[in-house]
Amino acid sequence: MSLAFDALLCLLALLAALRAVAAGEGFSRVAAFMAYGLILGLVWVRLAAVDVALTEVAVGSGVTGLVLLRAVARDDAPAPLAAGLAYRLLAGVVALLVFAGLAAVVLLLPEPAPSLAPEVARHLPATDLGNPITAVLIVFRALDTLLETVVLLLALIGVWALSPDRTWAGRPAVLLPAPWSGALEFLARLVVPVGVLVGLYMFWAGADVPGGAFQGGAVLAAMALMAIAAGLLPRPVLARRRLRALLLAGPFGFLLVGVLGWVFADAFLAYPPGVEKAVIILVEAAITLSIAVTLALLVLGPPVAEETE
Amino acid sequence: MIALHLLTGLCVLAGLVFFAAGTLGLLRLPDPLTRLHALAKADNIGLGLIALGVLPQLVASGAVLAAAKVVAIWLLLQLSSGAVAQLLAEVAFRDSETGADDPDGAAAEAGEP
Repeated sequence: MSLAFDALLCLLALLAALRAVAAGEGFSRVAAFMAYGLILGLVWVRLAAVDVALTEVAVGSGVTGLVLLRAVARDDAPAPLAAGLAYRLLAGVVALLVFAGLAAVVLLLPEPAPSLAPEVARHLPATDLGNPITAVLIVFRALDTLLETVVLLLALIGVWALSPDRTWAGRPAVLLPAPWSGALEFLARLVVPVGVLVGLYMFWAGADVPGGAFQGGAVLAAMALMAIAAGLLPRPVLARRRLRALLLAGPFGFLLVGVLGWVFADAFLAYPPGVEKAVIILVEAAITLSIAVTLALLVLGPPVAEETE
Repeated sequence: MIALHLLTGLCVLAGLVFFAAGTLGLLRLPDPLTRLHALAKADNIGLGLIALGVLPQLVASGAVLAAAKVVAIWLLLQLSSGAVAQLLAEVAFRDSETGADDPDGAAAEAGEP
């Protein structure tokens, strides 16, 4: 029974992936890509990787899908490059090679597969955390997470760099063009408070159950976007210092804690003994906030000239 | 206990029938407004029936908090599917009024599986 379900899930994932890359116009391909992300989320749940599933659905499908949707919905979007047959063949061959390499790695794994899971489980009590995924992200492999937050910041700077100098300090373009009836505002008024609560819960619960900074941040970003789309919040002025401070709080707060690790503990990114949990929560809170703001601004896009609205 | 399982089976099955009908309507009905109509029924009643079927199982096994979460999910989906259907219908109606959209092209696009 569960084998049949898994097989069906794999088939669905493959179909959605094909639909996303094979043919059709931009909008339907992006829709297929978002469906693919949701199905992939279910696959991760079946693999008992709920943390990954949450991130895939929230960031991989939701936020990325929204960015792509806004890109294909632009009136001035350039016509897609017509890829020649040779180019497509080459892309296909490279994809097949990557697939074969990954398949070989998985199939050639020694039995039992090498794993650091027992090591993580052994050291988990020292972190005061109940969720081993969070412990790996924020303690054992803290450097990776620190660099991830920096990458996200760099991505946003890349998006902003697309704007000309004269609009640099302005606002992003409007999310939804036409004035809407009350339905969106009604939905936003009711859902945003609930969603903010869910986002904060995901951040807080991440210490012991699946959840954490990225998932909670993505939900908070979605709520901010909904409030902006419904006109409950103004579009942010990107030059505001307070906004930029929020962007930097996560990466630089984390970095500061890392440097202080040399002083109060014995290594970079080591947490001071005794107050590990409190410092970890502070770092996670700063990262969640920065991720939420960064993801929302990534979706909103570069600042535009006001007169083009 | 048997009666409980029977209730669950019946409710979930009935919910699936609504989802199947809604999906069929989404694929087969001719224009955006009727397709939305079919879809909203599946979301509201179909999920409602499935939630109703799952609830007694959760309560009977002592997972009252999980049961409350299922109810919350159903309520949130009610809210969002109703509002989103309204928003989509507005766009579809506006486009059909102004002739901004090519209805045949849109119908063919959304009709693809």
